[in-house]
Amino acid sequence: MSTHVLSLLVEDKPGLLTRVAGLFARRGFNIDSLAVGRTEVPGLSRITVVVDVDKLPLEQVTKQLNKLVNVVKIVELEPEQSVQREHMLVKVKVDNATRSQILEAATLFRARVVDVTTDALVIEVTGDSPKCQALLKLLEPYGIKEIAQSGLLAIGRGGKSISERVLKGDRA
Amino acid sequence: MTITPRPAPPRSAEPPILTGSGAVLKSLELLGVTDVFGIPGGAIIPFYDELMQQSAIRHILVRHEQGGGHAAEGYAAATGRVGVCLATSGPGATNLVTAIADAYMDSVPMVAITGQVFSHLIGTDAFQEADITGIVMPITKHTFQVTRPEGVPAAIKAAFHIASTGRPGPVLVDITKDAQADSAPFVWPEKLDLPGYRPVTKAHGKQITAAAQLLSQSQRPLLYVGGGVIRAKASAELLDFAESTGAPVVTTLMARGAFPDSHPQHLGMPGMHGAVPAVLAFQECDLIIALGARFDDRVTGKVHEFAPGAKVIHVDVDPAEISKIRTADVPIVGDVRDVLSDLSIAFQELAVDERPDLTDWWERLHGLQERFPLGFTEPSDGKLSPQHVIQRIGAITGPEAIYAAGVGQHQMWAAQFIKYERPNSWLNSGGAGTMGYGVPAAMGAKVAEPDRVVWAIDGDGCFQMTNQELATCTLNDIPIKVAIINNSSLGMVRQWQSLFYEGRHSFTDLETGSDAKMIPDFVKLGDAYGCLAIRVTKPEEVDPAIKLALETNDRPVVIDFIVSKDSMVWPMVPQGVSNSFVQYAVDHSPVWEEE
Repeated sequence: MSTHVLSLLVEDKPGLLTRVAGLFARRGFNIDSLAVGRTEVPGLSRITVVVDVDKLPLEQVTKQLNKLVNVVKIVELEPEQSVQREHMLVKVKVDNATRSQILEAATLFRARVVDVTTDALVIEVTGDSPKCQALLKLLEPYGIKEIAQSGLLAIGRGGKSISERVLKGDRA
Repeated sequence: MTITPRPAPPRSAEPPILTGSGAVLKSLELLGVTDVFGIPGGAIIPFYDELMQQSAIRHILVRHEQGGGHAAEGYAAATGRVGVCLATSGPGATNLVTAIADAYMDSVPMVAITGQVFSHLIGTDAFQEADITGIVMPITKHTFQVTRPEGVPAAIKAAFHIASTGRPGPVLVDITKDAQADSAPFVWPEKLDLPGYRPVTKAHGKQITAAAQLLSQSQRPLLYVGGGVIRAKASAELLDFAESTGAPVVTTLMARGAFPDSHPQHLGMPGMHGAVPAVLAFQECDLIIALGARFDDRVTGKVHEFAPGAKVIHVDVDPAEISKIRTADVPIVGDVRDVLSDLSIAFQELAVDERPDLTDWWERLHGLQERFPLGFTEPSDGKLSPQHVIQRIGAITGPEAIYAAGVGQHQMWAAQFIKYERPNSWLNSGGAGTMGYGVPAAMGAKVAEPDRVVWAIDGDGCFQMTNQELATCTLNDIPIKVAIINNSSLGMVRQWQSLFYEGRHSFTDLETGSDAKMIPDFVKLGDAYGCLAIRVTKPEEVDPAIKLALETNDRPVVIDFIVSKDSMVWPMVPQGVSNSFVQYAVDHSPVWEEE
């Protein structure tokens, strides 16, 4: 098994997410993470999905997704040709003895402290998966109370846009 | 004297104001729909109210929504036109689910229109509310929910477009009661806004050339013809291509009739109950040209041992079918009719001396045909032979008729022993295997093709699932002919129990036979529905009964053929084993390695 990052350009229609998630469930494909949001084009949304499959089933995944009427385009984003980021909020237990160490760790990771109370800090970090995991590992001994994590976001490097050809009179 | 000013005449450019219901009817009319099957209920009354006030569209009032769904399927399968069924919300809509699933598996172009509760009640668990678009999501090509009357024309037009293009399939349009009742200007969309729906129909030229070259080098090619050839109306192109290549042809359960059974290149049906030459041709060929077929497990048997020496050219309009089960050496995405034309040209352009001689291959296949013809043994219990009955129905009625089957032994025998010469003459539930398909599908086919004889070859189990549509047939002058192949049991399950469960016939006895409790008595039942109903128990009565049925066209006919429950479907490739172990009859496997 290996993970692949797929970027789906989809029509923003009711039930769209159900269709995509349902297809994964029905065909027995695993979703590692999912991120949905608007795009630069009104009416189009973008789903970034990380799937855990071998190469051949991946072909099935993309072909089946392509059959969904509201899916306009699918691109696999290779790690080398794309920027991939996760966003994470971590609540860590602190006391007077540990606070400065944790703040130092956050600074080293270019993470930001977004909430401070006497017994906890909320740290916001953005980065690729290994970076986020490394920070978590570092914070673990202090006591992680809560994690909220986004799905992976990814965008291709260079000047091209996923919606480019869709917009150029390709609409039937 | 007062002068009342006349209202200004409406400008011709202004669209007419219609209710959502009127918009559905107008849209159907613009799409050329002439017949629909349905049954009203609370959430679709506004539509039915307008339906009765028009005459462009014939509505057939069915007795159960499943029957309406299968009727729409039969209508579509017999003609290639989109079948339409209607139901109300909640249970009405969920009763359509089986037929929708069936249409999805067999790529039947169908549009289901369902009423839905008022839009302000959606999500409140209102009376007869069901999330039907959610329920059918995995078994439809697409669904629409319409909550405003102005949304009707685009949804209906898109539904028909999606259902009938690319790989056909069912589309459901759910319309709320307020959207049916409220009014809006009727605007027929010029263009559809479906940026994510662009089926590829024209194949890549490079792939065509690669396929033609592979074929020109093949010593033992095989044309594996699936139901897609019928859906694509590609029989004529297939005949040309087959004859120019001289390659043997097999037609799957879904493709019976796509290639004439009488043609010398036809080896018959492959698969679990396929003809021995058709099954073994796969195992021995060096090239499979799959045409609108999807390597179903009932065709391949144990897939890792399927066609071990063959390269594969796979032609399908649905890219997801290609290399799903068996990796294709040459994948061709396109409409199989266009692809066959292109392939014929590309093949003929190759120099003649490049083509290998197929004499040895044909010699081998002819040998198999001689040694393993389709046949059956007469039952020893004094009952009729089901294969004989079905064979006679086909022989006396002829290839211009339409034959719809249920699911089970009688379906396999009808696929084996009726000789099909034209596409759309054989209707059955192949992928889903839906018992109860036969009678309503035959009804739908007869509505679509009133001048053709339409037989439902049904089992006693299947018949009891949907026979209430005989009321629909009698009342609406739809004189179908039903042959119940009555072996008093769920025959196919019984056969498996006999072969693989040491004869433990667990709950497969239906007591419908003449020496059983005969509950129900199918003759009385047929009679109660206003049909001509007779029972046939002796071989000499078979032909006269069939002829009587053919002469009777003022009402439906039901013939209760009392057949042996011990008759089995042969040949058989037991589930999960290689096609190479096809059994010709009980414990009788052909020795096929000999050369």
